[in-house]
Amino acid sequence: MDVVPQPPAASVAPLDPESRRWLRELRADGGARDAAVARLHALLLRAARFEVGRRRATLPYLRGNDLDDIALQAADDALVSVLARLDDFRGASRFTTWAYKFALLEAAVKLRRRAWQGREIPLEPESWPLVAGGGPTLGKEVAQTELLAAIREGIAAALTPHQRRVLVALALNGVPIDVLAERLGSTRGALYKTLHDARRKLRGHLADAGFGTTILEEE
Amino acid sequence: MARREDLLPRLLGPSGTELGCDECFAELDRYVELEIAGADADAAVPGLRAHLDGCPACREEHESLLALVRGEQPS
Repeated sequence: MDVVPQPPAASVAPLDPESRRWLRELRADGGARDAAVARLHALLLRAARFEVGRRRATLPYLRGNDLDDIALQAADDALVSVLARLDDFRGASRFTTWAYKFALLEAAVKLRRRAWQGREIPLEPESWPLVAGGGPTLGKEVAQTELLAAIREGIAAALTPHQRRVLVALALNGVPIDVLAERLGSTRGALYKTLHDARRKLRGHLADAGFGTTILEEE
Repeated sequence: MARREDLLPRLLGPSGTELGCDECFAELDRYVELEIAGADADAAVPGLRAHLDGCPACREEHESLLALVRGEQPS
């Protein structure tokens, strides 16, 4: 398993008229640019509110005003990101689709962090013994128990302390990657690379322990 | 408390080649528009689907972008 360092180059299509208009107006001077920036902010705010709306059930203690503040902050931050990266837009999608993803990212990250605000980040495998069975057959239960024992051994023996903390927090204890990145002073990309390396080592440990590829893919 | 069948994929991750989070974000808008158009998005952006399988945060953002853009399509 490899993490591809760079994706294949996207074929750059000619810009659609609407995307061309966005770029032209956002690169203009004076009133035309101001109006385009205002339209862009409104578009980003709509996307941020969309994301907040999808997640509001997970944040029942936040009031409507709090949620709207988060959406507004996300739109503001996304606007800065989009304007700073206009030259990165190559027309592989419509401009609005490209811009939306910045607002969705900002809103999602803020909501994940808010949900974990003040909560301790579990970095040890404290929930390991509590893993629930899913009602498999007896034979499968035994196989899974052996596999889980080998995984536990692999986590303890094959990983570096940093890989172990990251794997346990993200994969075992369900800490969102943005929350862990903030607490560790890292980035989502760097932590995912660590997680990927830990998973690869763990798979190697299991293969060495006699668990074949087929068994792992069945899980 | 995690269920075992959920836990194993989370611990072991996807088996195939996968993009990282930054590459996933860079390609996400193109991937979503290809999906909506009914094109073979996975062939066009190899490794992105595997990354979505392995990264819950990117998966959530993919689902949101897909829902948002799909909601704008003429019915």
